[in-house]
Amino acid sequence: MSDEPVAAEGRAAGSPRAPDARPPEPAVVITGICGRLGRRLARRLHRERRVVGIDRRPFPDRPKDVVHYPVDFRRKKTRDIFRSENTAAVVHLGVMHDPRVSATVHHDWNVAGFQKLLDSVAAFRIPKLVVLSSANVYGPRPDNPQFLPEDWPLLGGASFSEIRDLIEVDMLAQSFFWKHPETETVILRPVHIVGTVKNAASNYLRLPVIPTVMGFDPMVQVVHEDDVMRALLLALRPGVRGIFNLAGPPPAPLSRLVKALGRPQLPVPHALFQGALKQMWNMHLTSFPAPEIDHIRYVCMVDDRRAREVLGYAPLYSLEESVRAVDEERWP
Amino acid sequence: MRTTQALARWSRDAARDALPLAQRIVATAAQGAEAAWRTFIGQQIEARLARVPVHPGPGGVDPFGLDLEWGKYVLAAVAFLHRKYFRTEVHGVEHVPAGRVLLIANHSGQVPIDAAMIGASMFFDAEPPRILRSMVEKWSQTLPFVSVLFTRMGQVVGVPENARRLLEFGEAVLVFPEGAKGISKPFRQRYQLTEFGLGFMRLALETETPIVPVAVIGAEEQYVNLANVGAVAKKLGMPSFPVIPQLLVPGLQLPLPTKYRIYFGEPMRFYGDPDDDDAVIEEKVWVVKATVQSMINRGLKERRGIFT
Repeated sequence: MSDEPVAAEGRAAGSPRAPDARPPEPAVVITGICGRLGRRLARRLHRERRVVGIDRRPFPDRPKDVVHYPVDFRRKKTRDIFRSENTAAVVHLGVMHDPRVSATVHHDWNVAGFQKLLDSVAAFRIPKLVVLSSANVYGPRPDNPQFLPEDWPLLGGASFSEIRDLIEVDMLAQSFFWKHPETETVILRPVHIVGTVKNAASNYLRLPVIPTVMGFDPMVQVVHEDDVMRALLLALRPGVRGIFNLAGPPPAPLSRLVKALGRPQLPVPHALFQGALKQMWNMHLTSFPAPEIDHIRYVCMVDDRRAREVLGYAPLYSLEESVRAVDEERWP
Repeated sequence: MRTTQALARWSRDAARDALPLAQRIVATAAQGAEAAWRTFIGQQIEARLARVPVHPGPGGVDPFGLDLEWGKYVLAAVAFLHRKYFRTEVHGVEHVPAGRVLLIANHSGQVPIDAAMIGASMFFDAEPPRILRSMVEKWSQTLPFVSVLFTRMGQVVGVPENARRLLEFGEAVLVFPEGAKGISKPFRQRYQLTEFGLGFMRLALETETPIVPVAVIGAEEQYVNLANVGAVAKKLGMPSFPVIPQLLVPGLQLPLPTKYRIYFGEPMRFYGDPDDDDAVIEEKVWVVKATVQSMINRGLKERRGIFT
């Protein structure tokens, strides 16, 4: 057992492990465990597997047998955690995407931090790595095919430079996949995740009046957070590796989603929308940067046949159920 | 003072009497339109719609956004253009085989009415009726309203992945291999095919899809384009910027009511490796292009007037 005092150990008190118990079964280490999705995954997974979380944020209502290290995953302590914990898999959910935070911080967290995590995975020969990327890396574009395959170029940064670091995360994971065949690397690229999560898509659908771009009504895909969680569980099975697009129920026009929510829709001409959003952004009145308008203007949908065939994934939630799940969390 | 009172009284009366009256007029008009829809064109369209094989997802929309419930009023407008405005003559639509098929046509007319008319022939004249899926220029997706109209009517962005998927569904896919260069060709080059893209042939070989050549006569004269100004097009981000003097004459913004003639040829089948060199593919494309050109030439020889 670890004689080395792990700084977090004291604060992670409540861990049921007695020092003289049998060696613990290999753990699933989740970075960013304190996000909505991370907490949901931990609550689901801790009954079957030993779960260890790394996140500097607090974990309210943490299940007793989940060990939580409240450290920044970029710190050297993360390496100590891997040294002391027998790790079966790493699930990387700790991607930062807060458009208000500067590009430097983003890059340091998402790219440099992730690189350190990859180094640890390689150094400790951890057999499984699951990275939650996003279908946003493809980017909404007028010349997109209706359903983007996994090998499509990642052009999301062309019109929205703030997400370039998310593309870099995806690319780093891809090169890790090739360089370290001893680790089963899985990259999941879900479409807009909806539910209690606080991402741009769910926040948008939580608006009391939903603005749309006048004269545009693109087909969109959403996926319920629990469907993503089940995909993460499927990705943890031994033998699974590669890149998987994840989609939810069959696509529908954006207006159908708004209708399913029963909220009023406000079509705004594009030029006005963009101008107003830029002003509001500068005045800190909105959390949506103007380039994100393209998501309600052009298609960015994925072909999820590979996930269905290889991963055995099938979404459980219907379009209405998925969309209405955003209301389980109050706005904002 | 008196005027103000009069104005106030008038506005009160207007609010009390005129508004409900206006509402009633609108409601009557809507009812009338609905009744007219049901008795005249609607019945026929609904009857044909019922026989169209589609694959709608939740909410009656197929994965590409085709929505026939939304689109049936557009179909009525297209039917008017097809039957009354352009008085379209359709030849050989029975040549189009059932199941997946690629329709390869000449592109002309500055505005893609030719696609709508070929689509109308497939819906109103073919037996059983079919919804034609055409490959459209990606630029159309950046235009408000146009993008929604095209999507709901079953048009898809012209990339090979989309065409492949539609052919897998067994759909009829319309491709204009000339692309934007074809539709905006100036008047002096009318009915001369410009360069054909090779993508459709690779797709046909890969998916073993029969090709039906289609010739459209009459669209070239609907708008007279004197020349394309490349510099302006580039500045505005448009595929081309045609100079069409008639647009400046009031009432001539509409296309001229030329007579459309659409010829469907015998299905052609090609075999070979879809990944062959361009030179090999070009030969096969040339065969299709020559067929379309000869169909155009024959059609031009047969017609006696542009408007009759």
